[in-house]
Amino acid sequence: MSITTTGRAIGRAVDRIEGPQKVTGTARYAYEHETEYPLYLYPVQSEIARGRVARIDARSAEALPGVVIVITHENAPQLADTHDKELAVLQSDEVAFRGQYVGAVVAESFEVARHAARLVSVVYDEESHDVGLRADRVDLYAPDQLNAGFETDTAEGDVDGALSSAAVTLDETYTTPMEHNNPMEPHTTVAVWDEGDLTLYDSTQGVHTVRRTVARIFGLERDRVRVVAPHVGGGFGSKGLPHANTILTTLAAQMIEGRPIKFALTRQQMFSGVGYRTPTIQRIRLGADEEGRLTAISHDVIELSAKIKEFAEQTASATRTMYATENRRTTHRLAALDLPVPSWMRAPGEAPGMYALEVAMDEMAERCDLDPIEFRTRNEPEVDAETGLPYSSRNLIACLREGAERFGWEGRDPTPRARRDGRWLIGTGVAAAMYPVYRMPGTRARVRSLGEGRYAVEIGAVDIGTGTWTALTQIAADALGVGIGAIELRIGDTNLPSASVAGGSSGITVWGSTIFEAARLFRERHGEDPSEGDTVEAGTPDNPETENYSMSAFGAYFAEARVDEDTGEVRVPRMTGVFAVGQVINAQTARSQFIGGMTMGLGMALHEESLVDERFGHVVNHDFAEYHIPTNADVGEIDVAWIDEEDPHVNPMGSKGIGEIGIVGSPAAVANAVYHATGVRVRDLPITPDKLLR
Amino acid sequence: MEQEITIKVDGTGHRLTVDTRTTLLDALRERLGITSPKKGCDHGQCGACTILLAGRRINSCLALAVAFEDEEIVTAEGLAEDGGLHPMHRSFIEHDAFQCGYCTPGQIVSAVGMLEEASSGWPSSVTADLDADEIVLADEEIRERMSGNLCRCAAYVNIVSAISETAGGEARR
Repeated sequence: MSITTTGRAIGRAVDRIEGPQKVTGTARYAYEHETEYPLYLYPVQSEIARGRVARIDARSAEALPGVVIVITHENAPQLADTHDKELAVLQSDEVAFRGQYVGAVVAESFEVARHAARLVSVVYDEESHDVGLRADRVDLYAPDQLNAGFETDTAEGDVDGALSSAAVTLDETYTTPMEHNNPMEPHTTVAVWDEGDLTLYDSTQGVHTVRRTVARIFGLERDRVRVVAPHVGGGFGSKGLPHANTILTTLAAQMIEGRPIKFALTRQQMFSGVGYRTPTIQRIRLGADEEGRLTAISHDVIELSAKIKEFAEQTASATRTMYATENRRTTHRLAALDLPVPSWMRAPGEAPGMYALEVAMDEMAERCDLDPIEFRTRNEPEVDAETGLPYSSRNLIACLREGAERFGWEGRDPTPRARRDGRWLIGTGVAAAMYPVYRMPGTRARVRSLGEGRYAVEIGAVDIGTGTWTALTQIAADALGVGIGAIELRIGDTNLPSASVAGGSSGITVWGSTIFEAARLFRERHGEDPSEGDTVEAGTPDNPETENYSMSAFGAYFAEARVDEDTGEVRVPRMTGVFAVGQVINAQTARSQFIGGMTMGLGMALHEESLVDERFGHVVNHDFAEYHIPTNADVGEIDVAWIDEEDPHVNPMGSKGIGEIGIVGSPAAVANAVYHATGVRVRDLPITPDKLLR
Repeated sequence: MEQEITIKVDGTGHRLTVDTRTTLLDALRERLGITSPKKGCDHGQCGACTILLAGRRINSCLALAVAFEDEEIVTAEGLAEDGGLHPMHRSFIEHDAFQCGYCTPGQIVSAVGMLEEASSGWPSSVTADLDADEIVLADEEIRERMSGNLCRCAAYVNIVSAISETAGGEARR
């Protein structure tokens, strides 16, 4: 494959084609599709973290006018497949975490449903629970493999020997907290079960993923299940896989055929049961020679999973390839706890893992008396150490240099606590990042001539805010050699050809490649002047180059931190990010993706932390007043650029994914800037004022 | 308990019966099918439900519908008098001041209300001179005044430039 396109639409800054609907608020999200005579579901959640439901008394709730049914494990229909314990909703009396659904009220109005849910009396047989992640737990275990199929542990060379003979060493432990994705649109399902056909309006990153899962769990033929999601109000991973709320809503629809059932989680409910980022405890050991070349890298990760279902984050995966060394070891150990199931949150693995690695690299550069950019340059690998393959393109150093130029890095005095402006201590920091190019199976695309030079392009992809509507229209235009006005894109519906999940920054790679293939076959069969109705459907073509090259995106991040010497308040007035991501599809939406990722990384560095009360097993700061995400006033100037990178190997567009790389290096850049400002090295995120005042 | 009320939304009058516990947000979304204001938290913490009530921005999730008899409400959908796009709408599109779009109608209504507050001379906590006749809407002012509207996609940088340009355009007129 070597058809890097020089088309007219790809690369341009095109306004979002759904923009007018979104700015006026007429774009329909899951809860907003017009349905007739809907009913409203409100869940009853467990108030213990482990045990059994001994008794449920729903009489008061059932007596409330407007209540249609109270569903519990005692009257819920049996699901066809209960292997996935996260999704085996109301199938037994067992309680596996606090906040688990132990019942639901369905009523004629939201107000009545919520009121009635409070009237359901649940008596529990409580058992002792265990929700504390600590490095000294004796029951830590090695999972069989990690998320995305990564190996649990890797080892090459003699790490211990290299560390003991290294001229310079580092041995530090970094921690990152539990975090919750918190897309602005709550997880939502509207389910309509009508004469054996099920329609779901779902807030999801993958309509076909939801269909596949729901069909299996309810024992339905896939073609009896339709999932619709034309617009999704963010996901950041939490809507990547169906969670219990979708199953619960569908269960209610099955019990009350013909009436639509609506269930949108409250913000508080989103802190128990729709996934989260595992906290991590990461020990990093580095060894270097006198020239600042790494002789050993060791990265040992401890993180959590749920007892009912394993999720093993690939936290040290980037450490396996990021820098050159002959002696390297990475390990992952899990504690299985009485907590909801962790899942994907923007750059699972890379974001927490590279935070630790890139702060360690900053510390090591200082110990080697080298500028952190020079230190990274000296440890730039020639090939991907994990596979031995060359990179299809790797322009990290170019990103660092371009970023240094834009940010004004040259001439930086590395001495900590050397600059101030009144009470404000000022520092600057840099970090690097990578994010792999993932390819997911199972995507097909259809091209159909609408006559008069217009084409329908159909694919079951979704737009969770990433710009899919616009980017795929641009890709389809170039693939067919027409203007974007000639393309009628159709996405977000299982009535369209199957598409992979919008996750792992893989959407454009997979969906775009498939559209290119369908367009190529269309022209081959129907020529440049097709008849109306001419149609071609194609699957994702194999890319043999994946056998020959390692493929990843790279980025360099710079931040300025100002820290109030007296209060420990941290402000970040400016950040710069420079990326090497192959061909950018839409210059405007891509810039927004990078800015958004870097800002979420700023939140990871300074604000975000889900606090579990170990006595009760729940997240106590479960709303936007107490789980602080960046607000407008927290964000300063963010300068974003990308280098011209031609990658003829990666896919027909020459593009790499951009949805996640923005967050990956951003927390470490901020953390390194805070250290430079204050001389206090905070290794435990988030960097809150108390940690700077110790 | 139910109560009959009349409200005017985006220029159209509606007569409806609501549960006295129904928020203004739920009355708009569930009873009238006006989905422009969004429910992001239902606790007044995110601003996605922002509407203009008699020209001033409020969180409609913290308002009970029965308390707004005969009030005039404007949502992002009704900002432009001709039903088209308001200059703030256009600026948000041109600056790509949103991604998923869920907080966006609230951001836009909030921005319009905010400009009105500023032009009325209302200071914010970052206004240096509380007695100044005119508020200069520097980026810092916009950031502060727009911090009641959360955006998880984090389009803040573009939101500030979209509002700044619209504010500048109005000042020039």
